[in-house]
Amino acid sequence: MRLTAKEMEIVEILEKDARLATDVIAKMVGLSVEETKQAIKKLEDSKVLVRYISIVDWTKVENHPGVRAMIDVKVTPKRGVGFDEIAERIYRFDEVSDVYLMSGTYDLSIIVEGKSLNEVANFVSQKLSTLDSVISTTTHFILKKYKHDGIIFENDTNKDKRIVVSP
Amino acid sequence: MKTTRTTYISKLATDLKPSGIRRFFDLAAGMEGVISLGVGEPDFVTPWNIREAAINSLERGITSYTPNAGLLELREEIAFYMNDQFQVDYSPKDEIIVTVGASSAIDLALRTILDPGEEVIVVEPCFVSYVPMVELAGGVAVQVQATKENDFKIQPSQLEEVITSKTKAILLCSPNNPTGTMLNKEELEAIASLAIEHDLLIIADEIYAELSYDEEYTSMAAITGMRERTILISGFSKSFAMTGWRLGFVCSPIEISNAMLKVHQYALMCASTMSQYAAIEALRNGRPEVDEMVKSYRRRRNYIVQSFNEIGLECHEPGGAFYAFPSIQSTGLSSQAFAEQLLMKEGVAVVPGDVFGESGEGHIRCSYASSLDQLQEAVRRIKRFVDTLQETR
Ligand SMILES: Cc1ncc(COP(=O)(O)O)c(C=O)c1O
Repeated sequence: MRLTAKEMEIVEILEKDARLATDVIAKMVGLSVEETKQAIKKLEDSKVLVRYISIVDWTKVENHPGVRAMIDVKVTPKRGVGFDEIAERIYRFDEVSDVYLMSGTYDLSIIVEGKSLNEVANFVSQKLSTLDSVISTTTHFILKKYKHDGIIFENDTNKDKRIVVSP
Repeated sequence: MKTTRTTYISKLATDLKPSGIRRFFDLAAGMEGVISLGVGEPDFVTPWNIREAAINSLERGITSYTPNAGLLELREEIAFYMNDQFQVDYSPKDEIIVTVGASSAIDLALRTILDPGEEVIVVEPCFVSYVPMVELAGGVAVQVQATKENDFKIQPSQLEEVITSKTKAILLCSPNNPTGTMLNKEELEAIASLAIEHDLLIIADEIYAELSYDEEYTSMAAITGMRERTILISGFSKSFAMTGWRLGFVCSPIEISNAMLKVHQYALMCASTMSQYAAIEALRNGRPEVDEMVKSYRRRRNYIVQSFNEIGLECHEPGGAFYAFPSIQSTGLSSQAFAEQLLMKEGVAVVPGDVFGESGEGHIRCSYASSLDQLQEAVRRIKRFVDTLQETR
């Protein structure tokens, strides 16, 4: 699907801040509020705008026990379906948030979310490694998130350090 | 015999007017929770690859002076960039000087071309330093007023009226600080033909050239017959978000450039070395970041200009830079009173238009180089302020 210049702008704007009010977006791109609403609806209907989600810094939340792990998975591809079948087997698990087919020394890179180290470990040992095509797994737990989807966590580079009035 | 003086300060320095910006800075600086639209610099931090290039130069121990005109490698990049972006052609060897910001380039140009008492036509409203810099260079600043009626575009007839036998140069800034007004090719040509007719130089402050949003930018030096009489000033502060690096440059024909280099070598030696390394990286690999910033400014401009018009503060669409210059005449307040009351009542800092020259009166300069959140909150507060004014009138 080809987007018009204005639609493209709307997507770019929403990608950075999904909560921006429609009238503000309208002004930014030079459309009426009604036209902007319609454009957004069209983009939603066609699944260009898939979902609006938040970037959460769970490390700030003391009573949130979440852990994430990146797991390198080596698999045996199957004739006819290649990696797609095993990828699907894996991404259907709710614990799995991301699945990528990789070049290099392993085949699939997946991200698993769980409440605790144990939970993730159990998922890997009981569900993932027992799949027929899976040859091996290497699990890396994420210790700290510095940057996610272009957003830098906990850094004061982006604080306004300018003097209040200048020529 | 013992001598005593009444002051150690020169008459020139004594007579310089204190900057109107300074006063507002003092007012706003002590206040909590101020949203500032008074800032004349980008809200972006210098892109990381540029910062990294400076760090790298330091790690490699490159901490000595550079040639007076700047690193040749940088001048070559500038020559390429100016040609690529603005179709102007300057020799990196002897027509480009790297300066300490555009500020020092303007100073350099004025000190190099002016004999005592010679006049420079300064188009107002303008950057606050122009008139003092002309005076410090021993010249006389002749102010002409671009007006709201003409979207703050100076009319050639206005310039013609003030040209005398003493006029040496016209100092022009497009896109303009504080009005955001950009002159198109035809408008530049009209001014150029005056310059040619009266054998004048044009000092073209094109520091905001990259930040133009609607039309293709035309440089004064690209106008037929103007290369030989244009001193083209630009820099890294605005387009690459590098204000604190203090780096600019000036392009001019060889004769002028050689004379300027003499002044520059005695006054400043050379610009900061690490900044020059950063600038090389900026010119080589900074394009995507500049494009992103321009996009972001354009959207914010669209938002703020329309918002001002909705509030009832009439605002022309500025073609470039990152300033909106709405009229506040409908409120009946002077620009000083408006800005001061807005600051005190709503905690929004803007710059009163009269500090940029007489014809800026009745306007305020609002920089939209602030996050969209801040802009939205500022608009809400300004609306509340204006609404209250209307009720009490
Ligand atoms: C029109 C204009 N010229 C020159 C300058 C000075 O820029 P620099 O930081 O390169 O000295 C500014 C900065 O505000 C400006 O607005």
